[in-house]
Amino acid sequence: MSLLHWAVLSPFLLAIIVPILYKLFRQIHTGWFVLILPILLFTYFSRFISLTKQGDIIMESATWIPSLGIDVDFYVDGLGLLFALLITGIGSLVVLYSIFYLSKEKEKLNQFYVFLLLFMGAMLGVVLSDNLIVLYSFWEFTSLSSFLLIGYWNERERSRYGAQKSLLITVLGGLSMLGGIILLSIMGNTFSIRELIAQSGELMDHSLFVPALLLVLLGAFTKSAQFPFHIWLPDAMEAPTPVSAYLHSATMVKAGIYLVARLSPVFAESGLWFWLVSIAGLITLFWGSFSAIKQTDLKGILAFSTISQLGLIMSLLGLGAAALHYETLGENIYLAATVAAVFHLINHATFKGSLFMVAGIIDHETGTRDIRKLGGLMQLMPITFTVAVIGAFSMAGLPPFNGFLSKEMFLASMVNVLELNIFNMETWGVLFPVVAWVASVFTFIYSMIVVLKPFTGKLQLQLLEKKPHEAPIGMLISPIILASLVIVFGIFPNLLSSSIIKPAVAGIQPSLVGPDFQVHIDFWHGFQPEVWMTIGIIAFGILLYMTLPKWQKITQWIPERISLNALYDNGVRGLERSASSVMKVLMTGSIRTYLLSIFLFFILSLGFTLYWKDAFKLDTGDFAQIGIYELVLAAIIVIGSIAILFARSRLTSIIILGAVGYTISLFFVLLRAPDLALTQLVIETISVALFLLCFFHLPLMASRKEERMTFKLNNAMISIGVGVIVTLIALSAHSNKLFDSISNYYLENAYKEAGGKNVVNVILVDFRGLDTMFEICVLSIAALGIFAMIKLRLTGGKDKS
Amino acid sequence: MELLMAIVIGILFMCATYLMLSKSILRIIIGTGLLSHGAHLLILTMGGLKGGSVPLLSDEAATYVDPLPQALILTAIVISFGVTSFLLVLAYRTYQELGTDDMEEMRGTETNE
Repeated sequence: MSLLHWAVLSPFLLAIIVPILYKLFRQIHTGWFVLILPILLFTYFSRFISLTKQGDIIMESATWIPSLGIDVDFYVDGLGLLFALLITGIGSLVVLYSIFYLSKEKEKLNQFYVFLLLFMGAMLGVVLSDNLIVLYSFWEFTSLSSFLLIGYWNERERSRYGAQKSLLITVLGGLSMLGGIILLSIMGNTFSIRELIAQSGELMDHSLFVPALLLVLLGAFTKSAQFPFHIWLPDAMEAPTPVSAYLHSATMVKAGIYLVARLSPVFAESGLWFWLVSIAGLITLFWGSFSAIKQTDLKGILAFSTISQLGLIMSLLGLGAAALHYETLGENIYLAATVAAVFHLINHATFKGSLFMVAGIIDHETGTRDIRKLGGLMQLMPITFTVAVIGAFSMAGLPPFNGFLSKEMFLASMVNVLELNIFNMETWGVLFPVVAWVASVFTFIYSMIVVLKPFTGKLQLQLLEKKPHEAPIGMLISPIILASLVIVFGIFPNLLSSSIIKPAVAGIQPSLVGPDFQVHIDFWHGFQPEVWMTIGIIAFGILLYMTLPKWQKITQWIPERISLNALYDNGVRGLERSASSVMKVLMTGSIRTYLLSIFLFFILSLGFTLYWKDAFKLDTGDFAQIGIYELVLAAIIVIGSIAILFARSRLTSIIILGAVGYTISLFFVLLRAPDLALTQLVIETISVALFLLCFFHLPLMASRKEERMTFKLNNAMISIGVGVIVTLIALSAHSNKLFDSISNYYLENAYKEAGGKNVVNVILVDFRGLDTMFEICVLSIAALGIFAMIKLRLTGGKDKS
Repeated sequence: MELLMAIVIGILFMCATYLMLSKSILRIIIGTGLLSHGAHLLILTMGGLKGGSVPLLSDEAATYVDPLPQALILTAIVISFGVTSFLLVLAYRTYQELGTDDMEEMRGTETNE
């Protein structure tokens, strides 16, 4: 256990202590105790920057299950470090924000911070694990803690719905990812990501490569809310706003992005990966930005905007895969897509985090998040407004904020696609920049909605629950820090380029990034096509925003009942319904139907096996002679047992059963089994007596008439089938004798070894005495059971009427 | 002989199955009785019905019938007797408590709980 291990595990350890602190120090907000940890972790991880900058990788191992090749190996490279810094950095800000957001009197703070710390630890584990099984464990931990956080206000129905939905979808993806991991480990014979990357060339040709790729991508897409699995994210907005800011904009939803980036060196050679990742990303980008416009809830807009931006990053990672097909570094324009993805990842975390916090402040200070009720908050909340402007303008891609730079790089990468001459890009490639441009226009529009609707226009005090005023300073610190980062990264992007972005890109594409690779982000690079595209976006965006009321109805063109949400809801409901209807058909509660299925299965399975194996054989050579006595006795048994079926009274049936029993004991006499005959006689007598006792005590009720069994064709067919199968198997087994009996040993040794001449009795008490002992046990248990049944009369507290 | 026995056993199984599929609890128990008879005969038949002496050692007999199936059947008879008597008393108590011997009326479905 190294320091790195303790760093990843520390949130879990603190999570154990938090409830104690909560109970001990009721007057201090629990968040202050929690706040220390992410700050410490952030400083700890910052020290790694200088190492990863030189291309060093820190690797620490600890054994967990060595026999299965599962060890807790953590390693820090540029990509992992970037995520670790995001998690701890934004984590600190979110904890600080939550201290002022959540009231210490009204809320269950102990639960909140325990869940949040569990999540933080799990997320750190995901991004720093080298072992895929460890990664998967932490991955499911993030799903679980996210479930708990979404359902934090568990008395609300919508929270529980959102939590369940997100859990179902992300766990679906998580499990399929586990499948992909197992396939990968079968192919590469290791769970270590590093070792898999080392043998990526050979994996390509393996027959399991494509299934593994699809399963892993399904996991990444569900977690990162890609189309059509994005539906859980808008419903997850029922969580407290700090949670939305942390999990559903900056960290958890990027776990899928991380996974795609991390496994790019393994999969990205394949054209399938390129297509799936970039197309899924583009569809998500378009659909998210389009759907954001019709939302009226501020957090709803931000949720769809997150979906859309995640799609943007995903599509860039997909395009980055094209770089692998070009050797020369100098002219490799596709590597820029990966740089753009990493840069936008950072930018998105900063501006989206701040925007969520702004939404939280508006909610906290006015009591609503509905943009139709909000307006004119600019004068009342100037600081919040400033932060919102910075965040939203960055999201829209306006200069001088960081979103502008990454959006330019994104458009440039999309334009570069046109020059791609692999994977049939000549025909379809033109769609990439077009979709990207249209989606950017939508992005501009909803960004303007976010900032302009609540802050400008008329103040409608009568619609608001509270009188709005500026938030307390503590609540503003975190969004201000994030907004200033937006500006700093916007104006001085090269602060990040060599320290953070380059090592991260090296983590995604290790084969291409050498020491001479340089990331340089230019503010102005001449009149490239992307500049014109940006100008077009702004122009069209303004035009469309001005005319928004005229065309906003178009966004409602998909009716709610055929939307993806309805599909999900109906799917869940349909599954429940069909499961219960299947159960209703199978589980009738009637013993007759269960017996019917048992017998039917008996007939079909044995009959089919006999037929399929061609097992039936009739060898009459071994048969003994039939004597007249046997024939008569057999006739009595047959007639007797059939007569039971037609007997009207039960008394008759009981007497015939006795007759059959005595005939069988006569059979035992004929077949030279004296002990059997004796036992059978005695036992048949007692059984018949018991039957008669039972019959005698039948309740005398009007409904209980003596009647024949009604004939049922199904029952008859099943019974005949059972009889025939038993006969066939008996004959077949008898004709297939493989070896002689072992009875000669008993016959020879009964007297010599055991000193008895009755061989059957010697077997029962000497050779195989254990059987007899437990048979005695059976009788004793039956006797005790009968005694208890008759004597013990517990009515369960109810009086018998 | 074995062919005859196999057919008799088959008919015993057939009648037993038919009785077990009926509604009356007493008939079901009668069915289990027939079923155990069938099973016992089956064990005996499978051991071979070739002639031979009773498995009591004596000087006159040259061959004996197989003693092992007989020992097995003896155990089975006693066990099935124990189970049958338990079932019968259970049925008797069921009559007393529920006032019915119809299995269809004893269904533990959600509607009548």
